[in-house]
Amino acid sequence: MNDYLEIFNLKKVYPSAKGPQTIVQGFNLKLRKGEFVTVIGHSGCGKSTVLMMVAGLSTITDGGIVLAGKELDGPGPDRGIVFQSPSLLPWMTAKENVMLGIEQVFFTAEKAEREQIAEYYLTVVGLADSMHKKPGELSQGMRQRVGIARAFALKPKMLLLDEPFGMLDSLTRYELQAVLLELWRKNKITAMMVTHDVDEALYLSDRIVCMTDGPEAGIGEIIEVNFPRPRDRKAVMEHPDYYQLRARLIEFLEVHAHKKKPAALAPVSATAVAITA
Amino acid sequence: MKETLRKLDFLLLPLLGAAVITGLWYFSSATWAGDLPNPTKTWTESKPYVLDPFGKRGEMDQGILRFTWLSLILVAKGYSIALILGTPIGFFLGLSKTFTKAFDPIIQILRPVSPLAWLPLGMVFFAKVKGVNISEMAALFTIALCSMWPTVLNTAVGVRAIPTDYMNVARVLKLSRWKTLTKVMIPATLPYMFTGFRLSLGIAWLVIVAAEMLTGRPGVGGFLWQQYNALVYEQIILCILTIGLVGFVLDRLMSVVERRFKTA
Ligand SMILES: Nc1ncnc2c1ncn2[C@@H]1O[C@H](COP(=O)(O)OP(=O)(O)OP(=O)(O)O)[C@@H](O)[C@H]1O
Ligand SMILES: [Mg+2]
Repeated sequence: MNDYLEIFNLKKVYPSAKGPQTIVQGFNLKLRKGEFVTVIGHSGCGKSTVLMMVAGLSTITDGGIVLAGKELDGPGPDRGIVFQSPSLLPWMTAKENVMLGIEQVFFTAEKAEREQIAEYYLTVVGLADSMHKKPGELSQGMRQRVGIARAFALKPKMLLLDEPFGMLDSLTRYELQAVLLELWRKNKITAMMVTHDVDEALYLSDRIVCMTDGPEAGIGEIIEVNFPRPRDRKAVMEHPDYYQLRARLIEFLEVHAHKKKPAALAPVSATAVAITA
Repeated sequence: MKETLRKLDFLLLPLLGAAVITGLWYFSSATWAGDLPNPTKTWTESKPYVLDPFGKRGEMDQGILRFTWLSLILVAKGYSIALILGTPIGFFLGLSKTFTKAFDPIIQILRPVSPLAWLPLGMVFFAKVKGVNISEMAALFTIALCSMWPTVLNTAVGVRAIPTDYMNVARVLKLSRWKTLTKVMIPATLPYMFTGFRLSLGIAWLVIVAAEMLTGRPGVGGFLWQQYNALVYEQIILCILTIGLVGFVLDRLMSVVERRFKTA
């Protein structure tokens, strides 16, 4: 299969008080065109760091990232980004926020045409009636919808999502997962998403990348998810493989994520010391 | 009864405060401050200036609102210069560490210098410039220089406080420098800028009196100083009240504008 996004030997070193610290090391991953891949792992292992490097918002210490045959260098509108907080500009209406990017990317199009694009995507995410409201007047879930519309409206080569539904209640989360999946299917966009939610990962992904714990985090295991598409949440959950896959993911997070290093024992010995002292 | 009194607090208490001060004033002028005209005398002597507020009997003998108007025009000019210079300087300070390192020390040293110290320097500055009104230029120089700092510093703080998220939006969309400035940075900084603008206006108005006193320009401050030199003390108090009232109104107006931008 021809690979669309290729991540080679990615490494990230952050300077810290105790000297340079290697957060991510030897991260190799290839995404096929149109594939939906989620990344899970423990908090602080470096998932966001990897995603930020793909987004070009964080510098790469070593290794390289190639998207559609071109090595990435810095951020660009060819990658639609949706973060946990939607980072809308609060002085612009929902539509203006979407338009800001459209004007950059489709600068040759007529104004009416650009407005149409913005209105189309805002309507698709269910904001037809609220597109002239400012983010302050929208609920958390509605803001995230604007964020999704903004990302898709630019017709990006790929989509990068960092726990986009992490701050939402479960009903809204389910709703937006369905909206995202539908848009992804229609636009045939390659997507890479970070999540903590095992069920979310199973519902959305073609493959789930499990990261080991940091420092020097890498890929521990990659799990294929072959539920038929288009997916229906109920059908997915009733699929005979569902609970087996879910158990495997949870086992990975509980057991294997730590196995690279014995550091997980450190807190225990620390208490032991505290008791003897 | 008690309830209705409490509801009138907002009116009764300030009146009570004013009554106490007026009492002290009467008492002082009747006892140890013999030269201080008492409130009644102050009012009778100030009447011509208050009842004919726009009258003009001579360059230094005009109605109180006419004087106020002249002062306001001077302040408006000096304040505009302060904003036009101060806002960009604030942006540079906020954006560039090098610029901050180079100029922050000198700003911190110049900031506390009193308008009374700047004014003579202003006179010296413009003394040899042809075709300008030296005293007006010196006054504008002083007002602008003294009132600029809150705008400079607040703008700088605002620029440094722009959330990374907003700047990332600009980076991801590859906005041009101009668009990044007008669509992201300025709107994000506006609330801070307006806090600076309000504080600057307060200072500009504070400086006007000193500037007019030393340059002898017509205006509330100039009038006050002239009356003092002519040993007519009644109108000094009139001028003080006027200055205070105008300053208060200006501050209220600016905070209304400021609040508008806070929510945006
Ligand atoms: N700017 C930075 N400077 C120094 N260290 C950083 C910086 N950003 C992140 N780190 C460190 O890198 C590690 C990985 O952070 P990252 O945000 O990628 O984790 P994550 O897997 O996304 O966690 P979470 O699931 O909680 O979002 C953490 O230990 C964090 O302390
Ligand atoms: Mg994260």
